[in-house]
Amino acid sequence: MSDSPVAVEHHGPELRHHFSSVEQQRDAASLGMWLFLGTEIMFFGGMFCAYLVYRLWYFKEFAAGSRSLDIWLGTINTIVLICSSLTVALGVRAAQMGKRALLVILLVLTLIFGLAFLGIKGVEWHAKYKEHHIPGASFDASDLVRDYPQIHIDQSHEQIYFSLYFAMTGLHALHMIIGVGIFTYLLYHAARGRYGPRYYTPIELGGLYWHFVDVVWIYLFPLLYLIDRKPLG
Amino acid sequence: MATAVITPERENYLNREYGIKSWLLTTDHKRIALLYLMSITFFFFIGGFFALLIRLELLTPAGDLVQADTYNKLFTMHGQVMIFFFLIPSIPAVLGNFLVPLMVGAKDLAFPRINLLSWYLYIIAGIMMLHCIVTGGVDTGWTFYTPFSTAFSNTKVIEAGLSIFIAGFSSILTGLNFVVTIHRMRAPGMTWSRLPLFIWAHYATSIIQLLGTPVLAVTLVLVVFERVFHLGIFDPTRGGDPLLFQHLFWFYSHPAVYIMILPAMGVVAEIVPCFSRKRIFGYKAIALSSIAIAVFGFLVWAHHMFVAGISLYSALVFSALSYLVAVPSAIKVFNWTATMYKGSITFSTPMLYAFGFIGLFTMGGLTGLFLAALGLNVHVTDTYFVIAHFHYIMVGGAVMGYLGGMHFWWPKISGRLYPEWLGKFAALIVFLGFNLTFFPQFILGYMGMPRRYWQYPPEFQVLNVLSTAGSTILAVGYVLPMVYFLWSMRYGKLADDNPWGAAGLEWQTASPPPTFNFDHEPEVTWEAYNYDQIPAPPEEVSVER
Amino acid sequence: MFDNLPLWPARASSGAGNVDALYIFLVLVAGFMCVAIFSLIVLFALRYRRQAGREAEQIEGSNALEITWSVVPLGIFMVIFAWGAVIYFQERTPPRGATEIYVVAKQWMWKLEHVEGQREINELHVPVGRDVEMIMTSQDVIHSFYVPAFRIKQDVLPGRYTTAWFRATKPGVYHLFCAEYCGSQHSGMIGQVVVMEPAQYEAWLSGGNTSGSLASNGQNIFQQLGCVTCHRADTQGRGPNLVGVFGKPVMLEDGRTVVADENYIRESILSPSAKVVKGFKPIMPVFQGLVSEEQLTELVAYVKSLSAPPGAAGTKVQESKVQ
Repeated sequence: MSDSPVAVEHHGPELRHHFSSVEQQRDAASLGMWLFLGTEIMFFGGMFCAYLVYRLWYFKEFAAGSRSLDIWLGTINTIVLICSSLTVALGVRAAQMGKRALLVILLVLTLIFGLAFLGIKGVEWHAKYKEHHIPGASFDASDLVRDYPQIHIDQSHEQIYFSLYFAMTGLHALHMIIGVGIFTYLLYHAARGRYGPRYYTPIELGGLYWHFVDVVWIYLFPLLYLIDRKPLG
Repeated sequence: MATAVITPERENYLNREYGIKSWLLTTDHKRIALLYLMSITFFFFIGGFFALLIRLELLTPAGDLVQADTYNKLFTMHGQVMIFFFLIPSIPAVLGNFLVPLMVGAKDLAFPRINLLSWYLYIIAGIMMLHCIVTGGVDTGWTFYTPFSTAFSNTKVIEAGLSIFIAGFSSILTGLNFVVTIHRMRAPGMTWSRLPLFIWAHYATSIIQLLGTPVLAVTLVLVVFERVFHLGIFDPTRGGDPLLFQHLFWFYSHPAVYIMILPAMGVVAEIVPCFSRKRIFGYKAIALSSIAIAVFGFLVWAHHMFVAGISLYSALVFSALSYLVAVPSAIKVFNWTATMYKGSITFSTPMLYAFGFIGLFTMGGLTGLFLAALGLNVHVTDTYFVIAHFHYIMVGGAVMGYLGGMHFWWPKISGRLYPEWLGKFAALIVFLGFNLTFFPQFILGYMGMPRRYWQYPPEFQVLNVLSTAGSTILAVGYVLPMVYFLWSMRYGKLADDNPWGAAGLEWQTASPPPTFNFDHEPEVTWEAYNYDQIPAPPEEVSVER
Repeated sequence: MFDNLPLWPARASSGAGNVDALYIFLVLVAGFMCVAIFSLIVLFALRYRRQAGREAEQIEGSNALEITWSVVPLGIFMVIFAWGAVIYFQERTPPRGATEIYVVAKQWMWKLEHVEGQREINELHVPVGRDVEMIMTSQDVIHSFYVPAFRIKQDVLPGRYTTAWFRATKPGVYHLFCAEYCGSQHSGMIGQVVVMEPAQYEAWLSGGNTSGSLASNGQNIFQQLGCVTCHRADTQGRGPNLVGVFGKPVMLEDGRTVVADENYIRESILSPSAKVVKGFKPIMPVFQGLVSEEQLTELVAYVKSLSAPPGAAGTKVQESKVQ
């Protein structure tokens, strides 16, 4: 058994004692986060499967439901999220370069974008509430039945579309809220100078999470909003 | 290698700190393993209690012990508690947590605080499940089939579903910790091909936990949404499809059975070489077969649905794939047996459990061939044949593997020896009780007795009585180890570093280990199972002098 | 043979023997494997138990053995797979001209209807030697129709039809079980299948009270609900002509072609816009909630009767009633 002393250079308090080096700790954290995101892919994947099956079966109702969503708000939200991913990526870079003030600004911007997304989502959901498109006891898609007489909508099928719409965007929004919480925590510590070139792992991991939530939206947007937007013949 | 002399005062992970806080806020993987040990043992006895009530009811054809609704809750909660709160955590959360860092030569798992979080999630889930049980319980069967569970059952489906959701999260975090630890924290010289097969088994198990459990999670979320908001995703009267639920459910729940058996196979792969004093036969084959089982295990889920209304062609595909997944398990059995060839075998308690595992797993696995055969499946699915099949694997296999592992590593975990003669006696009781309980159920199933039946036609009684008799014997067999393990913590003989003369890094540190596992970072220059280099222990297992 | 041994149920159907044959083969294979492995283990345990003066021999492995004991079991497994697949194919392919029984399962009873109109609860009378096909649906949760003596089992689902078939070969009374947990009285959802000699069966059939054959009841509903207004027996109707449609391919508006089976008829009544026939507009009203399961069964039987060749066995429909 080797008796070599553990190479303890001047490491900061961030090196946990069960790791033998900062590199090992960073590698482990990064691998851990990627694995966690893998589990999230499987989590959303189950719902995407349900969506896939029902869209194949009830295409007409899915198309009608999709058209009833506000494509402009959806597009704005997509742009908002993409911008937020940009600020996150730039934030990781700022941390790596030790630019504290820039990092703080970028984190604040990210939070603003995230909250904007959630706000717009709230507006959209409120519209759905007004239109009685929220599944459950008060669900009523007779407006869609009237608007699209040529496709003879079955309301129970329409309710499946909206059930999946709310389940998928709801779980996505929940992940966004968690992301906002994480970034608030990161902002607090960034402002106190905790992150720099030697230790920026939390920013990196938080960034990975945020990018993932963004990517899920990139899939949700076309699948929910852009079904068959050409004029109904 | 000098045997380290230990004195009771030497500092180890158990005596380093005392007090409730030092346990409840620990991040030491060994203490967390013991926290899990206490919790899963508790739930094992809850689930076992339900099983005894079931078997008592089934002594007579009429439903005369409990009401039908109560019986339906008993088998549901027996299943849920045993699967989610005992079997799935058991070996990984107790033995895996304790041993993975030791075996790879690390000071702890990659994320010790997440490890503790994992235990707390398990406890929260467990409390929810207990609350669910005492406030009325659940009667959907552990499989939660829709639309019964979403639109018809009047029991606490939501609470049970959320409890399992949280328990699943606990399982995912354990798996995540293991994968990162095995990848990134192996000691110098510990290459992949030098890892103990216990590690390979836990690596494969963790992959399944990571990829499969989230699908169960989202399925449970959808079931809860459906119940709360009266949606119709799985309800045909509202445009939904009950078969979609079954596909999503079994996509996790089939790989879940491999989560339950792979770790036990890993335990057997450690015990057999030690008590044959030779290197395991076919190291690469066994390692690769663990990975193969994990991969193929994701491709066979619809063999639970052959009579559910799937198309004939899907059924053909899933049946063929199910036979493929049987091959790696067969390979393991042959390799373990071959390991004994020209060995030097001792019949210690762990070895007896390993024998029991190999025998009973072989029987259970072979009956899987019956179930995968489409034409035969039609007759035996949803009958006691299936119940016998999975209990042979989960109880005859996984639980025996767990007990064997507990006995094998008990000296390392506690620093004490359990009474060997009692260990062997209990192993025998478990083996006999188990076979008497479950073998008659194969026959019952082929004769046509359906599962989940509170009352049954009189011609099934004789076999049911035999089964119940066996279950009481089995219960005694399970209580004994709990009693003597506890006894040994106070009165057992002290153990030295390596009482079995076993290979593996965990045996090269003190029993019990110090908090940071090794006094010096290990550097591995030998292959796994280097029994040519390790002298056999004397006849009497070595104790402190 | 072996009917008195309590190891398996009576063999009372044409398929039971095939299933048992595969079972016995598997018992022998499994038994052989167990004996082989157990003997080896016992042999090694005794022969190679720890003895003074003998060390274990370190053997790494053997690629030849690994390959052998991978390939040989795989080969045996493929044989078992093929055998099981053949039996399954037979189990899931009802023969042409089978007598139909319509089954509606509900918590916690079986409702069975003969085409001639006989209704039974928890009991099914069938003649020996006749192919019987059950067309089944559930009113509530998933159930499963299981007759151990026939070695058949099929889940019965709400919202669609599933089928199973058998040909009874021995007169007698056999258990009918529900095999998919369905709530409180799941274990009370037990019935029996009464297999009778053909002459006795005919006597039973004509003796019982009938409220009209399924098809004639279906025809009444067809008229009452106004179906006949659009579904005329010519090409002038706003809906497709249903004469001769059952069992044939139908081309749909969206380009797909489907076969007009029981599920298609049922879906067309409950959710007509799902599959619109080519050349027709989606104007058929939705009947979801307006017809019961039994009425659906009768309507399906009626539409089927419009395709039956004259004098077909089991579907005794008077020709003159066809529009």
